[in-house]
Amino acid sequence: MLDWLSDNRALVAAVIILCLVGSFFASIFYGLKQTRLREKDQVFGDPERTVGGWFWAVCGVSTLLLVWFYFSWGSARAFFPQAANELCQVAKLHEAVSPVTSSLAIESRYSKSKTLLVRNSRQLDELQARLPANVFSPADAARVTQVMQNTQQLISMMATPDFVDQKTIADIQAIKAGYAAITNELANPKPGWTASADALAQPSWGITEPEIPLLPISAKGAMYNALASDAAALSKDYLKIRNLAPAAKALIAETKTMITALKKSPSMDDGDAQIVKERADYMKAVDRIFKRIDDGKIFPAVVMAEMQVAVQTMLDQAERAKGSLGFVEMLFFPAGDIVKSRTQCTEQGPGRWLPKPTDVVAKFFALANPDVENGGGYKGTTLLWWKWLPISDVVSFLIPDATIDLLPGDYGRLNDAGRFEPNYKDWMLALAQGDVYLGAVPMLDGHIWDSLFRVLVAMFFGILLGVPLGIYMGVSRFCKSFFDPMIELYRPVPPLAWAPLILTIFGIQDDGKIFLLFMVAFAIMVISARTGASGAQLSKIRASHSLGASDRQILRYVILPNALPEIMTGIRISIGVCWGTLVAAEMLAGTTGVGFIENVARTVSDYELIWVTILIMGSLGLVFDLMMRWVIGRLIPWRGKG
Amino acid sequence: MADLKCTDLCMTFANQQTGAKVEALKDINFTLKKGELLSVLGPSGCGKTTLLNMVAGFITPTSGQIAVGDRVIDGPGADRGMVFQQGALFEWLTVAKNVDFGLRMQGVSEAESRDQVEKWLATVGLQGFADTPTYQLSGGMQQRVALARCLVNDPDVILMDEPLGALDALTREKMQSLVLELWKKTGKTIIIITHSVEEALLLGERLFVMAPRPGRIHKEYQLPFAEWGLKRSLRDIKLEPEFSTVREEILTMIWNMEEEIMGGA
Ligand SMILES: Nc1ncnc2c1ncn2[C@@H]1O[C@H](COP(=O)(O)OP(=O)(O)O)[C@@H](O)[C@H]1O
Ligand SMILES: [Mg+2]
Repeated sequence: MLDWLSDNRALVAAVIILCLVGSFFASIFYGLKQTRLREKDQVFGDPERTVGGWFWAVCGVSTLLLVWFYFSWGSARAFFPQAANELCQVAKLHEAVSPVTSSLAIESRYSKSKTLLVRNSRQLDELQARLPANVFSPADAARVTQVMQNTQQLISMMATPDFVDQKTIADIQAIKAGYAAITNELANPKPGWTASADALAQPSWGITEPEIPLLPISAKGAMYNALASDAAALSKDYLKIRNLAPAAKALIAETKTMITALKKSPSMDDGDAQIVKERADYMKAVDRIFKRIDDGKIFPAVVMAEMQVAVQTMLDQAERAKGSLGFVEMLFFPAGDIVKSRTQCTEQGPGRWLPKPTDVVAKFFALANPDVENGGGYKGTTLLWWKWLPISDVVSFLIPDATIDLLPGDYGRLNDAGRFEPNYKDWMLALAQGDVYLGAVPMLDGHIWDSLFRVLVAMFFGILLGVPLGIYMGVSRFCKSFFDPMIELYRPVPPLAWAPLILTIFGIQDDGKIFLLFMVAFAIMVISARTGASGAQLSKIRASHSLGASDRQILRYVILPNALPEIMTGIRISIGVCWGTLVAAEMLAGTTGVGFIENVARTVSDYELIWVTILIMGSLGLVFDLMMRWVIGRLIPWRGKG
Repeated sequence: MADLKCTDLCMTFANQQTGAKVEALKDINFTLKKGELLSVLGPSGCGKTTLLNMVAGFITPTSGQIAVGDRVIDGPGADRGMVFQQGALFEWLTVAKNVDFGLRMQGVSEAESRDQVEKWLATVGLQGFADTPTYQLSGGMQQRVALARCLVNDPDVILMDEPLGALDALTREKMQSLVLELWKKTGKTIIIITHSVEEALLLGERLFVMAPRPGRIHKEYQLPFAEWGLKRSLRDIKLEPEFSTVREEILTMIWNMEEEIMGGA
């Protein structure tokens, strides 16, 4: 069942989207009707106006989900599953011509020839201007200058149309004709393009890792695919062309000889080390510029201009030939592109970082699968499941090993027969170290439970210690003044600022995180209990004195219950803050927990996983809060009515 | 049970910010016999609440002393019950739990206290409300609970600081009858503070009219109306010419006092 849903996510999404659109319009219709009915009874500003309104909640949720489907390209995948494949073929064409476009002024402002020419001429000029006079002997200086002049002459020669030899012109013409042929093909496609059997056997979009199937599955796609390989061949040819006329070749050979001779010349090694080094550096700079030029990649502007028109025409035609595909791309693939790079087609833009809702759900179910051996859970731990917890683990946690040392008597020794017979103390030690099997109890397990456990333990201790201290601070001048500076000093520090310190002291396992959260919960609990205790009405306190209650009784039976609403609010707030802190702390260190999952997902850019964890955190936070609200309503019905 | 005796009672407050001294009470002397019903009347700020708080033991007089019988008061205690203007009930407890609060604090078992609670709830007219949370009660009912909570402790003196001030006229009249009824039934010494002249006349065997700056007992009356009120309807008493005469006299007195304060200020 799950597998079927997983394999048909496009279909599932299509059904869901249609339902969402339906509920979107239905809720608006119903909502408007209700508003019209009620408008007469309630004037503007009447708080009653905000009561109820589930239909607008439905509308809001539908809108959110629709926006999600739309921007994650989920609706594109649901209704136009072929489009991504076709866009992939178009992307292939773009990839195929990219070596050419990158050397022309199509994607960049200047053509590559122009950039080369300008940059190298400028560097030559600079180099000539700072020729160090006292470093080279006059003869050598003349030869170096000659090399540079040759290089400059070479650049000019290549950029002059008259010097280009006939073969190069013919090659360029051939490539231009190739592009014209592709353009023509795009404009008048010949019938008979079909998808291969291999292509049709590919998994559909979004099912396996390389998300978009690579081989063309439609006639249009097949055409683009074929033209892309034509274009790739043309690009290869283009890269082979060199603008090296005989005159240029001769000049290159001559200059090369001069450079070699100069380098070998004994006069280059005269003088002290400093001068030799300066001389060598200068020569290296000259040589570097020459080598940038000698492969003949500078072409005259006229020649390139024709080439550029041909390529541009072809690309424009490729765009036009998309036809309806162009509209689909514009409407259903917002804010991004499908890009072909090397061996795969990928979604770039929101399609990438905003995974489709159905994918997120599928990912969640994969994580929630408790069968860790067969790909369930995450990094060897389930999401939320149960396991047998050996009682000995709990016992060994509760009894520190050192207490066994305090027991009377010595540990057993080996006897003369060369055997070791443990005495009672050895057995106790084994118990304290958790080596004795005492049975097991079922216990919750998994990333979510680990996170919850940390929060709950920290909350437990935070309440246990924070509430009494807060109450005493509310009733005692000494307690208030003595503890106030400490708590007020550490409380405003963001918990994460403490994290590195705490994790160093307590270790990156549960202890450190629990202590960090405890600090958060403790401060909030102290402050809320204190506010509650000091907020007791004087007349209530006086009444209880007059009724004969002792100080201790007043604390227990009047001040504590009177502070309960504040304490409960404190618990609600600190659970929220703890939850936020925990996830961040788990991102810093550790091997389990929801924050840990997100941390790993971040490093491998698994956006689906990131969203799954975000949604898990959000919903757990929401559940906590709803639970606390319910408990508060149950426990303190007198809230706000005293 | 014994007499309540105040001797040379003075109370001076120092203003927290300015340090200026306020003589809230000066040279108060009176003796209240067991079972007497005293009402205290006076313009606002003349030290009525201060007097009551000192008797209750919430604040210590600057000089002078208060004694119940031979015992000098040095703190609050169960022998002096207090009823506040706003009930001061424990809203997290039910009516019954509020009423037996004092008994519970003294360690009386629930079984024993139950009868007491029922008896007093019946006396103040709240049968059947034992398990109602107090925040669901009306103001008048809350004051009844406060009275029951005070009475269940069997105090020697009952102190009431404007107990009916926050109630509507109708409820107020009923509660006035209830107070008289309880006074008769229990024979307790009661001090009741009020800012209503009629109420002071109806609920006082003795009546102190106090004057401010410094707070003092301006005039004392002995009145028959409380005795009458045990037998007759309070509304009838208010129509008696004798009642009107005293009322007008006191009203004029207080009016002049207020005038003096305003003129002086
Ligand atoms: N705790 C206090 N600190 C300073 N001044 C006070 C305090 N309590 C009462 N007073 C002053 O004492 C005077 C009497 O107050 P109070 O007994 O409350 O008057 P009443 O109850 O008659 O209206 C007032 O002027 C008041 O401002
Ligand atoms: Mg007062």
